[in-house]
Amino acid sequence: MNSSIVIQSAGLFTTVQDAGRQGYQRFGMPVAGAMDIFSLELANTLVGNHPGDACLEATIAGPQIEFTDERAMAVTGADMGPCINGRSVFINTTLMVKKGDILAFTGLASGCRSYIAFSGGIDVPVVMGSRSTYLRAAVGGFEGRALRNGDRLPLGKTPPGVKVNKIPPGAVPVYKSSQTIRIISGPEANRFEMEGLRNFLTAEYSVTDRSDRMGYRLDGEQIVHNPGGADIISAGISAGTVQVPGDGKPIILMADRQTTGGYARIANVITADLTLVAQMKPGDTLRFREVTLDTAQNLLHLQRSAFRM
Amino acid sequence: MIRYIPSGDSAFIVKAGDVISGEVHITIRKLLRKLDEAKITGVTDIIPSYNEILVCYDPMVAGYRQILDDLRMCEADLESVKLPLSSTVHIPVFYGGEYGPDLQYVADLNSISPEVVIDIHCSPVYLVYMLGFTPGFCYLGGMDPRIATPRRETPRMKIPAGAVGIAGQQTGIYPIESPGGWQIIGRTPLRLFDPQQESPFLLSAGDCVKFFSVTEDEFSRILSEVSNGDYIVRRTENS
Repeated sequence: MNSSIVIQSAGLFTTVQDAGRQGYQRFGMPVAGAMDIFSLELANTLVGNHPGDACLEATIAGPQIEFTDERAMAVTGADMGPCINGRSVFINTTLMVKKGDILAFTGLASGCRSYIAFSGGIDVPVVMGSRSTYLRAAVGGFEGRALRNGDRLPLGKTPPGVKVNKIPPGAVPVYKSSQTIRIISGPEANRFEMEGLRNFLTAEYSVTDRSDRMGYRLDGEQIVHNPGGADIISAGISAGTVQVPGDGKPIILMADRQTTGGYARIANVITADLTLVAQMKPGDTLRFREVTLDTAQNLLHLQRSAFRM
Repeated sequence: MIRYIPSGDSAFIVKAGDVISGEVHITIRKLLRKLDEAKITGVTDIIPSYNEILVCYDPMVAGYRQILDDLRMCEADLESVKLPLSSTVHIPVFYGGEYGPDLQYVADLNSISPEVVIDIHCSPVYLVYMLGFTPGFCYLGGMDPRIATPRRETPRMKIPAGAVGIAGQQTGIYPIESPGGWQIIGRTPLRLFDPQQESPFLLSAGDCVKFFSVTEDEFSRILSEVSNGDYIVRRTENS
């Protein structure tokens, strides 16, 4: 029998996520997967896993977990004050645990989502090429749902020779409650009035409590469409697409986004900054700043080189 | 004239037109076939819709210039692409009763009888233009405007999988239980989405759909055959 972890307490909202379910979007199947792919890959790299392996994604309040064998683990993303057996431990560091050890969290200090990786990964069944949880259709993850107290999750075999690593602080973004998010102009940017576009690029927007894994609904200065209106012929959307429906309030589409949408696409958040968006919570604020496609792809290479060890 | 528009730093829009039409749909299907066959390095997913195709890629594997070059190669010789014959999938529906609580409303609003609504709904061969919204949801073209009905003012919190509905000029089937505002006229015992199957989706873009009316007994029989894996969905090849 393979080993497992015991979820003594599930936390606020904890799901199994990996790099997402690719290849089925043409059938309307959302990608799901980690909201913050950067932190997922970082966590897996620290424990010797493949970067896209399945981890736990904890939201705002972390779980309490009991280990049943010796292995490596790491926590990345939001700092929820992790501790092992009551003793505070670092995030972004490889940690060795043994049978009976307990991981708990004392409280959120920064960010919104923590990624907890275990050497060997979480070995839930692969559904349509992925272990990620897509809640709306109850597909993948652990029984297609968020974790509950008492769940027992199977782990894979620990890869040999896991080395203890620590990420230098400068290589990981600082998750502040106010951020500048870089974007590339979108395919329907010409569907907006000049003033609307100006608002979009200068005003401060706040994250509303109607934000979830599907998308971030923002509030702030209205982005007025030109007389053509907000509706477009339904078309594909990608991670970080910013849609503006008729009310003029932008929505950033995230991991559980629908595959297609019918509102004007004003911009796309650059991939390197999706980690910042995924770590924002209701009440946080952001401003958008436009960059070129060249800049965006260079920034991504720079960011991801930080932990390609 | 095909246009290429960046959609952020990890996707390109390949745009084939600005309208919903059978002609644009054919261009999309031909392009999709070329893109699938090309197996472009770095491409992670492809989402066709009415008038464009979103090609997602991993910018850590291929930069945008390389992706753009590869995409442009697929545009050549588009006219010569031979599409396979499409097939029509025959979908049984029990209309009205507790499975179709809005059938009477649709009939009343259009000043016809429920029986005529059923006849009109079962007559056309609908084209699956695209899938989206939820897993397995088909955007169907070809509904008769005589049964067009606006969405409900207050959406229902829970619509079961298999519900067949009308929203404005559109008709469709709910593949999974979800909230929704469509007028529900019936239900199919077939599964449009079953993640446990090797082919989880009943329909693809380019398929055609024809509804046929079944009795409550037939509905129950088909439902149990579907859950036993014994029901064979009828597909006919279009000439």
